[in-house]
Amino acid sequence: MVSPEREIWSGDADMVIAKTVDGEIGIMPQHAPVLGVLVEGGVLTVKRGGGEPDLVAAVHGGFLSVADNEVSILAEVAELGSEVDVARAKNALDRAQASVEADQENADAAAEAKRARARLRAAGEEVG
Amino acid sequence: MGAQLRLLRRRIKSVKSTAKITRAQELIASSRIVKAQQRMQAAVPYEREITRAVTGVVSNSSSVDHPLTVAKENPRRAGVLIVTSDRGFCGGFNANILREAEALAGLLRGRGVEPVPYVVGRKGITWHSFRGREMGGQWGGFSDNPSYADAKEIANTLITAFSAEDGIDEIHVVSTEFVSMLTQEVAVKRVLPLEVVETTEKPETPLPYFEFEPTAGDVLDSLLPRYVESRIFSTLLQSAASEHAARRRAMKSATDNANELIRVFTMQMNQARQAEITQEISEIVGGANALADAAAGKE
Repeated sequence: MVSPEREIWSGDADMVIAKTVDGEIGIMPQHAPVLGVLVEGGVLTVKRGGGEPDLVAAVHGGFLSVADNEVSILAEVAELGSEVDVARAKNALDRAQASVEADQENADAAAEAKRARARLRAAGEEVG
Repeated sequence: MGAQLRLLRRRIKSVKSTAKITRAQELIASSRIVKAQQRMQAAVPYEREITRAVTGVVSNSSSVDHPLTVAKENPRRAGVLIVTSDRGFCGGFNANILREAEALAGLLRGRGVEPVPYVVGRKGITWHSFRGREMGGQWGGFSDNPSYADAKEIANTLITAFSAEDGIDEIHVVSTEFVSMLTQEVAVKRVLPLEVVETTEKPETPLPYFEFEPTAGDVLDSLLPRYVESRIFSTLLQSAASEHAARRRAMKSATDNANELIRVFTMQMNQARQAEITQEISEIVGGANALADAAAGKE
């Protein structure tokens, strides 16, 4: 999993679940090669074997490419669930929702709310 | 104290303080090169993956007919992205780039294409505005530490201009490539229309046949702009590292020069002081002799 500024995570996985513009896609070993476009404000789950906890990350836009039993996630912006600052994300969500309510046409704020929600979900918080 | 001595003392003092400044700049630049290099390294995985993805799509669908990959017939205007630095104190860094950009502009005009400069870095911006040249776009303030958002903004502007009816028909980039700590080269590259020829040698295994979510066209639509962004981002990062390296070298030679000057001035100062003392002694001796002669004459 990489973003333009750094490599975020790499390792072995049993299954990768991501959300593309067509819907959720789950990738297990021996999956056919796929290139997909990820949605803005999606949550990516990597299920790891050997009793290790799942890796959850908020991914905002980007691509998913599967080839030769390797999954690459090219995210424009990505954050691991464990790195999310929950208080800040909550704040951002509240602010964005307030601006959406004030101005329904505000696409920036709507996208911001989406991203904040994805971050909270990646951190394991419940969001409506 | 003689006038010459005082003058030399003053000059030594001023050169010493200049040397202190250039030395500090040199140290700052050396520490920043390392950081800039690390950022270059960190960006490599993404670039590699996106190049692989683009190659994958292109090799699958033999007829890649995307506006960004097709060369326009009869190009009339070409965008030239010129990547300079925000601050000076870096030797010929900006001068080299601007000279290369001018050469490219001449070449384009020779083909009957009108160049439109898009400038990154305050030095380049002032260079163009001083000459009253119109710029297609200008960005400044991040040349020594560019973020992906900056690259995205630049790429968006360029792609928008490229896609517009009466915009620009091709896009070239003039920037400095970071070869090593000691070598940086000015390079001119064409970014758009994209040439997707990445690997010359055949891969060992044939590239797998990809499925697309949702369709090949949609994937390409969002993949190619990202690819351009990533290319521009890597250009900015390389330019930042080169800027620091150039500044370090310029400041090092400035410090060396200052130290050499201090050495020469100190020598001259000592000579002047010695000459003054010698003169004083001969004046005293001469004066005493004259007095003695006068006393002898009286008797």
